[in-house]
Amino acid sequence: MNNFKVLVNGIIKENPTFVLLLGMCPTLGTTSSAINGMSMGLATMCVLILSNFIIASIKKLIPDMVRIPAYIVVIASLVTVLQMVIKAYAPEIDKSLGLFIPLIVVNCIILGRAESFAAKNGPVASIFDGIGIGLGFTLGLTCLGAVRELLGTGAIFGITLWGESYGMLMFVLAPGAFLALGYLIVLFNKITKKA
Amino acid sequence: MEKLKSSLTNMLVVLSVIAIVAAGVLASVNAVTAPQIEKINAENLAAGIKAVMGSDDIKVSEPWEVNTFTAYDISDQQGNLLGKAVVTTENGFGGPLKVLVGFNTEGDILGYTVLEHQETPGLGAKAGEWFQDKIIGMNPSKNNFTVSKDGGEVDAITASTITSRAFLRAIQNAYDKVIAGQDATSGATTQASASDMGTPEVIE
Amino acid sequence: MDYVLNLILIIIVAIFVNNVVLAQFLGICPFLGVSKKVDTASGMGMAVTAVLVVATIVTYLIQVYVLNAFGLEYLQTIAFILVIAALVQMIEIILKKTMPALYQALGVFLPLITTNCCILGVAILVIQKDYDLLEGIIYALSTGLGFLLAMVLFAGLREQLELVNVPKIFAGVPIALVTASLLAMAFMGFSGVDGGLKILFGLQ
Repeated sequence: MNNFKVLVNGIIKENPTFVLLLGMCPTLGTTSSAINGMSMGLATMCVLILSNFIIASIKKLIPDMVRIPAYIVVIASLVTVLQMVIKAYAPEIDKSLGLFIPLIVVNCIILGRAESFAAKNGPVASIFDGIGIGLGFTLGLTCLGAVRELLGTGAIFGITLWGESYGMLMFVLAPGAFLALGYLIVLFNKITKKA
Repeated sequence: MEKLKSSLTNMLVVLSVIAIVAAGVLASVNAVTAPQIEKINAENLAAGIKAVMGSDDIKVSEPWEVNTFTAYDISDQQGNLLGKAVVTTENGFGGPLKVLVGFNTEGDILGYTVLEHQETPGLGAKAGEWFQDKIIGMNPSKNNFTVSKDGGEVDAITASTITSRAFLRAIQNAYDKVIAGQDATSGATTQASASDMGTPEVIE
Repeated sequence: MDYVLNLILIIIVAIFVNNVVLAQFLGICPFLGVSKKVDTASGMGMAVTAVLVVATIVTYLIQVYVLNAFGLEYLQTIAFILVIAALVQMIEIILKKTMPALYQALGVFLPLITTNCCILGVAILVIQKDYDLLEGIIYALSTGLGFLLAMVLFAGLREQLELVNVPKIFAGVPIALVTASLLAMAFMGFSGVDGGLKILFGLQ
């Protein structure tokens, strides 16, 4: 499989949000607006690319029986670094994502890719896998965020289209997250299965 | 290169090396970011105080505490007392809602800013702008400082009544405990009496 | 007395008002993954509740006596996740040795729990909310019960869904998400209850 295929695979065939259904907590919890969804997606992508690269590079040095704790330490360190950097240089993002930044550690996508891809492939291919899956996740979160923001507040990326008074606030709240994701998955299936 | 075997020594060595490297990386990143985080917090507070007092040309006293509130005496460059800025916390929809609010010596609200909140992302965050044109100039002792749903004078944020109530309560409490409980001109650090919660006395 | 009322409030808020799954979006993976049958759902719910309580106690003690004591707060995430992973393993081994019947019932869920974000989430939230140990335990327990409640209700709904004709393209996860949405909507009816109870209990 060449690197380009790995990349596309992550965005479409193994899209983490719509196909693999991984990392559902941040998917639902941080997508009250398009920009929040996108920041969460990008934050996760950073961790994923680095963890894939590091794990693919050091996998031979890790005995099989302790590989899970070793991976967790690598991932948790990366997440903590990211958390500190975001707090120091982008406090606005820290405010809007809150608890979900440290929770990137337990996002099944990251450990899942470490196990299923990085542990079997080279560092370069793993970087591309990280970019692909990360982009797929970011895309999913941004779409969901955009739909919820548009239906809920009548704006998209903070740009008002038809105003808040015509918005259905439910979409910004918890029930709307489940509902919008359900319909988006249907839509995604409809499009990809026809093609 | 062969993959390392899962012998006890190998496992222990590898895990310890990884843990030590990780701790080292984190400690060094922390050393870089911690002062920056502190600086941002301090700057935010300074900028916040300037914003809520509606003036750049002010002197801020050392913070002092009344119950759970942190207050700053604000004076102009000549040392005339302009009012107080109070940090006040109240439980909102998702967790604590921390607001910095500025009062003049009469107890009128000069401005406010939301310091921390855990409300619904994107919704509770609106409190930062929503109340700007609604409560500034009001006085918690003269105005009915509750949402219109509860018979008060302030419109709640659409669909965030709980956040709005918490927000207004935070300011009311700050007024009751810090402004009304003090001699407004002395700025002394006397404790507010615990019984003055319901009906704040007005100090002119 | 106020302290006890406060604990009761924590319980009600954690189970109904701020339900961990339906309002805070923690623990969605098992919520969608193992909710096809009521028995498995309740098994998972109980396993999560048990781990939550134990994990909260241990992480709380680590935060207070190790991280805070040595100024290592920045190692919170890494320390907590390792503790939780180790704890889950230990519980699994102990259960297997001492209570094989319970292990039979809950054992399959235990490995999945490490990556259940509600465990790490609650551990961090207890620290963030500044709870003391007892409040933390009560909070963890009632969060677990809230999780159990959501799981069982949702699994009951999904069992019924098996019996109806769902449009093919909605079959599986999409219809489950729509159902979850309706359940979340029902739970929204509880929002604001905490404020009312606070006034009732005289905590304001």
